[in-house]
Amino acid sequence: MRPLRSLLAGVFAPALLVPVLLAMSFLATPAVAQEEGPLPHEYWSFENLFGTFDLAAAQRGFQVYANVCSNCHSMQYLHYRDLVGIGLTEDQIKGIAAGITVPSGLDDQGNPKDGPATPASQFKSPFPNEAAARAANNGAAPPDLSLIVNAREGGPNYVYGILTGFAQAPAGFKVGEGLYYNKMFPGHQIHMPQPLQDGTVTYTDGTNSDLDQEAHDVVTFLSWAANPELVERKQIGVRVVLFLVFMTGITYAVKRKLWSDVHH
Amino acid sequence: MAGLNKSDFANPVINWIDTRLPIFTMMQKEYGVFPTPKNFNYLWNFGALAMVNLLIMIVTGIFLAMNYQPNTELAFGSVQHIMRDVNYGWLIRYVHQNGASMFFIVTYIHIFRGLYYGSYKAPRELLWMLGVVILLLMMATAFMGYVLPWGQMSYWGATVITNLFSAFPVVGPKIVTLLWGGFSVDNPTLNRFFALHYLLPFVLVGVIFLHVAALHITGSNNPLGIDVKSPQDTLPFHPYYTVKDSVGVCAFLAIFAVFVFFFPNVLGDPNNFIPANPLQTPADIVPEWYFLPYYAILRSVPDKLLGVCMMFGSLLMLFVLPWLDTSRVRSARFRPVFRWLIWVWVAAVIALGVCGAHKPIGIWVILSRVCTIYYYLHFLVILPILGKLERPLPLPESISQPVLGGRGGGPLPGGAAAKPMEKA
Repeated sequence: MRPLRSLLAGVFAPALLVPVLLAMSFLATPAVAQEEGPLPHEYWSFENLFGTFDLAAAQRGFQVYANVCSNCHSMQYLHYRDLVGIGLTEDQIKGIAAGITVPSGLDDQGNPKDGPATPASQFKSPFPNEAAARAANNGAAPPDLSLIVNAREGGPNYVYGILTGFAQAPAGFKVGEGLYYNKMFPGHQIHMPQPLQDGTVTYTDGTNSDLDQEAHDVVTFLSWAANPELVERKQIGVRVVLFLVFMTGITYAVKRKLWSDVHH
Repeated sequence: MAGLNKSDFANPVINWIDTRLPIFTMMQKEYGVFPTPKNFNYLWNFGALAMVNLLIMIVTGIFLAMNYQPNTELAFGSVQHIMRDVNYGWLIRYVHQNGASMFFIVTYIHIFRGLYYGSYKAPRELLWMLGVVILLLMMATAFMGYVLPWGQMSYWGATVITNLFSAFPVVGPKIVTLLWGGFSVDNPTLNRFFALHYLLPFVLVGVIFLHVAALHITGSNNPLGIDVKSPQDTLPFHPYYTVKDSVGVCAFLAIFAVFVFFFPNVLGDPNNFIPANPLQTPADIVPEWYFLPYYAILRSVPDKLLGVCMMFGSLLMLFVLPWLDTSRVRSARFRPVFRWLIWVWVAAVIALGVCGAHKPIGIWVILSRVCTIYYYLHFLVILPILGKLERPLPLPESISQPVLGGRGGGPLPGGAAAKPMEKA
C-alpha cells in the first residue's frame, strides 16, 4: 500500500486547492438561455442504471404519435420494423404499415407511384420536404422527433414540460401573431398550438387519457425512439462493468503477489 | 552493420526468424528485461492507457468508416443508420465517441504526471517535445472527428474554429479557404476532414513510436526524479510493469465502460442531435469539454489575432518548457514551493475550463482573464525564477536508498532488508 499512500499524500494533498476553486466558480449561476420555466422532474421507467421502457406506455405513446404528432412531425430515422422494440408483434406491424400509403419507387412508365408501406419502410413524413413543412406551419418547420429527447437539454423532462406547459399568458405578456404561450419554452412563445389535452386520444387499452397520461406516454415512446438500444445497452453494461471490476481485482491480486518480494 | 543476429531463442521457428529479423530480441530487450525504475506509482500507468485507448479508437474508427457517409446530405443519417441498424453499431459508435473523451482524460493526466515529476527535464527534452506534437495531432484529429456526425455543434464548431485562422494577416483568409475547400463550411470541408481524420491517427502512431523510442534511450523518469544509479534501482519491465499496467488497464476499461453503457451522451452536447443547419446558429457554440480551457483563453482576449495567438501559444509554449524551468530538481516532491504552485496552475486550467463552458459575460470574463494571465505567468515568469530562488529538499542518494536504508540511515545491503518479508 505504500506507493498508493504516498501517492495520495504526496500528490493530492495540495490538490485541495482544486475543489475550492471549482466551488467558487460554480457559485455564480450559469448564464443559460433566457427565462425558461423550471424543469419538471417526472419519474421515468427508463432512467437509472437498471431502468427499462414501460412497453405499455410506449405503445400508448405510439398511438398518441400516430394520431396526433404525426400530422405535423416526421420521425424519419425510424422504420415500422423498429416497432418490435416497443413490444408490437410482426403481424401488428404489418397491419400498421399496410394502412399507410408511401411513395414506392417508379411505375412502368417511370412515374413516381405510391403504394402501401411495409415493415421495412421509413416512418411516413407528413410533408414532402422542409419547405412544404414550413409553408404549412406559419413559417416554422416542425422538428423531426426521432431524436428530440436527446436533442434538448433536460431530455424527457423538457419534452414533457413543453407538452404540459401551455397556459394563459400572464397579464401584460404580449404573445405574437401565430404564437402560443408555453411555460417551458425558452422565451415562452412557441409556434406549436397545444397538441394534447385531456381526452385527445382514446386509448385502445382503456387507460384514462388525461393530459398528464398522454404526455407521459408519448415521451416514453419518444425516449425509446431516440435510444432504442437503451435496454440492451444497460444489460450488457452491467455484465461488462462487473467483469472488468472483477478482472481489476484479480489483476491487482496477481500484482500484489508478484511484487511481494520487491522493496520499493 | 550487416550480419545475422545471434539469437538465443530455443524455439526453432522463432530462432529462425529472429536470426534474420531480430524482432524477438528487440521485444525481449525493450519490453521483457528492459530495466525500469522500481518506484513507479500508478500515475506511470497513463502512457500505457493512452496507447490502449488509441488502439481502441483506431479499431472502432475503421468499423465506423465502413458505414459512414462523408457527405453533407447523408452524414447525419448514416450515423443514425449506424446507431439503429448496424449490428452493435451503437456500441462501436459510443465507444468511439466516449473514447475521444477518455483519450483526453488519460493524456491530460499523463501530461500532468510529466509536469509534476519534471519528466521534461534533461535528458528527456526531445521525448517531451514529441509528446507535445502528439497532443497537437490528437487535438486536430479530435476536432475533425467531431465535425463528421454533421450535427449543429459539428457544423458551427467547425465554422468558429476554422474561422480563427482568418485572424492571421495576409495568409489568414487563404488558409481558411484551403481548410474549407470553398467559401464556407460545406461538403468539401466534410470530405477533407474525413480523409484527414482517417489519416492523422496513423501519423499519431508514427510519432508515438518515436516518443517511445526516445523513452527507451533515456529510460523512464520516476517519482523521485533522480537517475537510476545501479541495477538495484530497477526491475525488468516484464512481469513487474506488465502486470502493474494491466491493473490500470482493467480499472480504466471499467470506468470507460460506465460511460459507454450508462452515460454515453453525458459528455456530449444535445445540439449535436440536430442535423447541421447553416441558417440557424445555436444559442451557444461550445466546443467539446477537452478544448474548453483553450477556448476560454481565446475569448479572454478582446483582440481576435492576439486571442488566437494566446490560444495557440498556450500549447506551443510547452515546446520550450524544458528550458523555461531552470530548476535542476525534477520531482515536485523535493521542491517545496513548486509543489504548491503546480496545483495553482492546475486549478487555473480547470477554472479556465469552467469559464469556457459559460458565456463570456460578467464574472466569467474576469475569471478567465485572471487565469489566462496566471497560466502564462506560471511558465514564463514563475518557473524561470523559482528554479533560482527555491531551496530544494535534500535528494535521496538513490532510488533504493529511501526504502532499504530507512530515513536518514545509511544504505543497507539489499538482501538484509529483503529477508523479513519472506516470513510473512
